Amino acid sequence: MAPPVAHRSGSNKRAQLGLFAGYVVAGASALVGAILLVISIWSPQTFQGLRTMASDLASPAGQAGAVTRTGGRSFFEAIAGYYDAGSKNAELEREIAIARVRLAEAEALRQENERLKGVLNLMSGDTEPVATARLIGSTSSSTRRFAYLSAGTDDGVTNGMPVTSPMGLVGRVLEAGRDSSRVLLLTDTESMVPVRRATDDVVAFAEGRADGSLRIRLINLGINPIELGDVFVTSGAGGLFRPGVAVAMATEITQDGAIAQLLSNPAATDVVIVEPIWHSDALQASEQPPEIALPED
Amino acid sequence: MEQFNPRARRDAYGNKINRDHSPVLAHGIPWATILIGSLTPMLPVIAAAPVLPPMGLMFLIAWHLLRPGLLPLWAGLPLGLFDDLYSGQPFGSGIMLFSLTLIALDLLEMRFPWRSFWQNWLAAAAIIITYLLVAALVSGAQMTLLRMGVIAPQLLLSIVLFPIIASIVALLDRIRLLRVRRIG
Repeated sequence: MAPPVAHRSGSNKRAQLGLFAGYVVAGASALVGAILLVISIWSPQTFQGLRTMASDLASPAGQAGAVTRTGGRSFFEAIAGYYDAGSKNAELEREIAIARVRLAEAEALRQENERLKGVLNLMSGDTEPVATARLIGSTSSSTRRFAYLSAGTDDGVTNGMPVTSPMGLVGRVLEAGRDSSRVLLLTDTESMVPVRRATDDVVAFAEGRADGSLRIRLINLGINPIELGDVFVTSGAGGLFRPGVAVAMATEITQDGAIAQLLSNPAATDVVIVEPIWHSDALQASEQPPEIALPED
Repeated sequence: MEQFNPRARRDAYGNKINRDHSPVLAHGIPWATILIGSLTPMLPVIAAAPVLPPMGLMFLIAWHLLRPGLLPLWAGLPLGLFDDLYSGQPFGSGIMLFSLTLIALDLLEMRFPWRSFWQNWLAAAAIIITYLLVAALVSGAQMTLLRMGVIAPQLLLSIVLFPIIASIVALLDRIRLLRVRRIG
């Protein structure tokens, strides 16, 4: 069943017309694509419904893949574990001894923290996670950095919720589908997170660079106080991310800040946690037009 | 006849008597491979930078170079639409770029009906480079000239990978044309 040779229409009027119609249709679909592209650059959420439906459909396959990835890795780690078991054991025992001391210190700090918070009349900072899920895939051939998450509105996930891993912040939910959602990773160029230096109050914005690193831009320009190895955590400004979640570590100093490496590499995380929006009432209030009065409470 | 040559009534695709190509296989395999190629974002690879080649587009190019006319010229619309749903690009970029790719390949076929492997590779590389550059520009990411270096590894990988895709397509083409349908 070799395909017909399309380019030899000869004097056959019908074939000539067919050939012409083919080009017209192809040109028209390119034009349709261009129009849709302009619409979706202008308002990116226009085709959210279509996309979330599609990712809901394909997510079971992706989920199976994500489980295999985790399983496969632990399988190889188990084999590798047999090689240096002896020296590892000794090292672990030493580490445990140190960790016991640290644990006791941390406990003391926690108590002191609670007491101070009691003095200041603050709530406990622990937030209940909305859902735990796996990252099942990412847009690995596009310059945009999105990941697909195996939880959606059925699990209580809504647009804008922060996604974290035990190592730190991963991103935030951009489009929530029924049982899968699309996550804007921190390294996307459209992602902007308010951060501060972990040790003091140097505030900055962490902006994605699409190549796995972040650009730290200081808000107060002047002498750049950042040093190599400084760790940045979320500052809580903007009300989206709760403060104190680790984000990145500075690896290169620039004029107005630094280039930083992500602390929670999304490729190395098995399970991520979807957290509620930190100050959702404040966010809603900031989006409400000034004519409408805010509800009193 | 079979006494002298046991394969006299057979060809590379099977028995020629009483058997014919299956239209499902013949037309289904090219479409299916391109659609599966577009599903690469669902692979469990969480990439921090663009690294994987645009598999859907590469299968499209490989099929069209091997069998021009097998995919109709309007195929860019449905295939690009499907690619847009998963690729992370803004909706419409796949439709536009896949359609333009098919038109470009058709013009190439008209100008150079007989091509060697190297010409095919060159044409595919030119299309892939253009596609990735335009896709990066319209992606909605803030791409400056300096940042365009981000897609360099992906570009190289895609160009190097194309001959492998082309040979996969050649293999699939033999499966596509197997005479499996029984006549009468």
